Amino acid sequence: MEEILEQYQTVALNDVQIWFNAGKTTDFPADGGGCVKYKGKQIAVINFERRNEWYACQNVCPHKMEMVLSRGMIGSSEDTPKIACPLHKNNFSLVDGTNLNGNDYKIATYPVKIVEGEVLIGFVD
Amino acid sequence: MIKIIVVGNGMVGYKFCEKFISKSGQEKYQITVFGEEPRRAYDRVHLSEYFAGKTADDLSMSTSNWYEQNNILLNTSELITDIHKENKTITTHLEKTHSYDYLVLATGSAAFVPPIEGVEKEGVFVYRTIEDLDAIMAYAKKIKINGATEAAVLGGGLLGLEAAKAVRDLGLNPHVVEFAPRLMPRQLDKGASDMLQSKIEALNIGIHLNKSTQYIAGDDAITGMMFQEDQLLKVDMLVISAGIKPRDELGRSAGLEVGVRGGIVVDNKMQTSDPSIYAIGEVALYNQMIYGLVAPGYEMADVVAEQILGSEKVMRESIDMSTQLKLIGVEVASFGDPFIENENVTAIIFENKFNGTYKRINVTKDGKTLLGGILVGDSSDYNSLFQIYSNAMKLPENPEDLILGSRGGEASSMGSAMDLPDTAVICSCENVTKGAICCSITDGSCETLGDVIKATKATSGCGGCKPMVVDLVKETQKSLGKEVKDVVCEHFAYSRQELFDIVKINKFTNHNEVLGTVGKGDGCEVCRPLLSSIFSSIYNDTANKHVTSQDTNDRFLANIQRNGTYSVVPRMAGGEVTAEKLIAIGEVAKEYNLYTKITGAQRVDLFGAELNDLPAIWKKLIDSGFESGHAYGKSLRAVKSCVGNAWCRYGMDDSTTFAIELENRYRGIRSPHKLKGGVSACIRECAEARGKDFGVIAVEGGWNLYICGNGGANPKHAVLLAEQIDKETVFKYMDRFLMYYIRTAGPLVRTSTWLEKLEGGLDYLKKVVIDDSLAINETLEAEMQTLVDTFECEWKQAIEDPEMMKRFSHFTNSDDRDDSIEYIALREQKMPKAW
Repeated sequence: MEEILEQYQTVALNDVQIWFNAGKTTDFPADGGGCVKYKGKQIAVINFERRNEWYACQNVCPHKMEMVLSRGMIGSSEDTPKIACPLHKNNFSLVDGTNLNGNDYKIATYPVKIVEGEVLIGFVD
Repeated sequence: MIKIIVVGNGMVGYKFCEKFISKSGQEKYQITVFGEEPRRAYDRVHLSEYFAGKTADDLSMSTSNWYEQNNILLNTSELITDIHKENKTITTHLEKTHSYDYLVLATGSAAFVPPIEGVEKEGVFVYRTIEDLDAIMAYAKKIKINGATEAAVLGGGLLGLEAAKAVRDLGLNPHVVEFAPRLMPRQLDKGASDMLQSKIEALNIGIHLNKSTQYIAGDDAITGMMFQEDQLLKVDMLVISAGIKPRDELGRSAGLEVGVRGGIVVDNKMQTSDPSIYAIGEVALYNQMIYGLVAPGYEMADVVAEQILGSEKVMRESIDMSTQLKLIGVEVASFGDPFIENENVTAIIFENKFNGTYKRINVTKDGKTLLGGILVGDSSDYNSLFQIYSNAMKLPENPEDLILGSRGGEASSMGSAMDLPDTAVICSCENVTKGAICCSITDGSCETLGDVIKATKATSGCGGCKPMVVDLVKETQKSLGKEVKDVVCEHFAYSRQELFDIVKINKFTNHNEVLGTVGKGDGCEVCRPLLSSIFSSIYNDTANKHVTSQDTNDRFLANIQRNGTYSVVPRMAGGEVTAEKLIAIGEVAKEYNLYTKITGAQRVDLFGAELNDLPAIWKKLIDSGFESGHAYGKSLRAVKSCVGNAWCRYGMDDSTTFAIELENRYRGIRSPHKLKGGVSACIRECAEARGKDFGVIAVEGGWNLYICGNGGANPKHAVLLAEQIDKETVFKYMDRFLMYYIRTAGPLVRTSTWLEKLEGGLDYLKKVVIDDSLAINETLEAEMQTLVDTFECEWKQAIEDPEMMKRFSHFTNSDDRDDSIEYIALREQKMPKAW
């Protein structure tokens, strides 16, 4: 199963090669997420309306390898924006993907920018 | 820098590092750890959980960057081959040399393999490391394909029984072979062993006592074990778990003093015959004993850490070998001297073959002191008994009350944890006293249970002491006059009840309003669904509103399953269903290839529905006359019923009709937790109504109404609220009871726990609900009536609104399905493929 996780590597803003158009801002519910497909990858896109921020991360939960993170609930923990996995409520920072419950699971995150109502996600390939 | 080298990276080696770096003065030292295994130290005590699905990472004692963060150099897969104590250096198998100021030997032990002819045969394993487990798993898989079913475990001690569980988890039938005439001969007497044996045999695990193995049969691979008198036990695999032998090779070749039967000799400072070299854990021979338990190993680690840092701490004279554990699901505990029997000691033994419990306590003849004991089948008294024993506390007038409970009187014979002396060790894994726990709160350094656990490490070992620690923390907080307030989460400094009132009085209708006025931050997975539930209870908002603030299951109006698909449960009030409707369900299941199962709540569950298919499935079900069963919500699930006097010759009333009426009245109403009900037509109670949040039972002259029961992890029988009342009165009391619960309970608190915490208990609740002591019943009834009148099936709502339908799609930018979902066959249906 490691091969599933290996597909997902955090992309830093400076390294972005491709800005993929994931759809319109209105495709994603306020203060929630949706999942987009990009070259065989599943990416969760988060519309954090309360903070006026957007995030993207892997859709696969690193604990049980299910494609579900986009269905999780967002929130904050001491001002760090986070998402809770719907299966076992593991919390991940949306900023850097670290696990906030103190275990080793980590998720890959991707840069997002909004251009004229379109949601663009940054990839290296 | 002063150099410490730790040889061995097991639990005790790790614990030494953890203890050392937590002490003051440690900054001047550099710790280097060598371990021959390829991974970080892991929890060997819970090794069998590896078979039950835990990963090597789950079992790890530390996080991946722990060593780095704490400036400890960890070398895995590197074995120390020589110690040169004259010039204080060691050599590794990579022929590298390192010098040390202090050397700590924590090499542990290896499995003891008895010299039986044929142990080298294929299919014979030891049970010690993750690598052993991987080899066992691979072999089991191989032989199962060839039809093998039986496997033996040599050794009926603690570890052997753990190994038997592991073998069973691999899908083979285990046989435990023990040389002694009883199981766990070091911890249990004959009676306890018999009880344990019968409980284990009931799980289809063979037990063979008094068996000495002559040789292992088979050509290349094992085919059986030959016992004396030519008895052959046919098995295709053998796991040896017959004891340990200390790994003292290094010490031995370095010329350190070792015991006759192995183990490096240490004094009470854990110093070996060379003052710069210490030995701890299962390699250390202390008091001519090897201690195969983790707690003494941890204490040894602490002694060495203190010694190196210049303190006087030494190892205790006598080491307690008390244990409490769960073996293959059977609780077993033994403490103090479990066997002692002489003219000054009396054993009190209680045996109940009906429920499979055995309890023994050894008490001095004068009835004043507890010397030890054994518990099998139910070890819930262990913590209290162990405290009484280890603190030499006074026994109750009738010592048998300790294991039988006080019969007749109300007070517990154990007293409260607060009665213990400050020196009482509460957490024996981490050696934390009651004083340390209470002090951390009274001195102001800790505030919450979480703080205390962080600071003292209590409960972080086996976890058995947790209930006591919780009590101590609560009682200490109370004694300081601190209000122990149940706040919802970090975003609200209010309880659920307070938030309910705040929302209602301020007429708030959405999350951002509430967060912005009385909360902080952006909410979380605890407070956001809680607010959604409150909005539902006040305005009857269905889960189609506030969609992204609904718990996962509510968000998609279905229960998420382990592979990310959903299950579908249409309502079948009272468990009644027509043939036409059953056929309709069958057709849907067939069309979408769903796994079907009858639930415990008398309805049909359809599993394996993909998110994209949920609307179409529900459209078909709704067209056939069904509605949502709310199996996903914190709301009424089902009201179970027996068939009642319509058909039953014993039935005293029409239970099915009543159950349907109750279910239809309260369906869809959101509450702090799920609600279940039951109606039985006579006291034979076929509907198990007293195991529900509300239960109604027909009696002479009316109905009895029971409330606040549940099944689940802590089963509770419902208690009688009112008897011989008519249907109308049942509805009246039910409206009031449910609404009062919905308004006042904490988040995810079921009715039974709510009642337990309600000040004044059942009597108070009766006053509120029956006598209207708070004069709120009119309001409660009116609120309930509004909810009943505004009910709407949320699935019908969802499929009729194209906007709402949008959320039932796996991708937002494609109509593709999630192609990662895979199934395997299960009998004539399917189940998710494990990854």
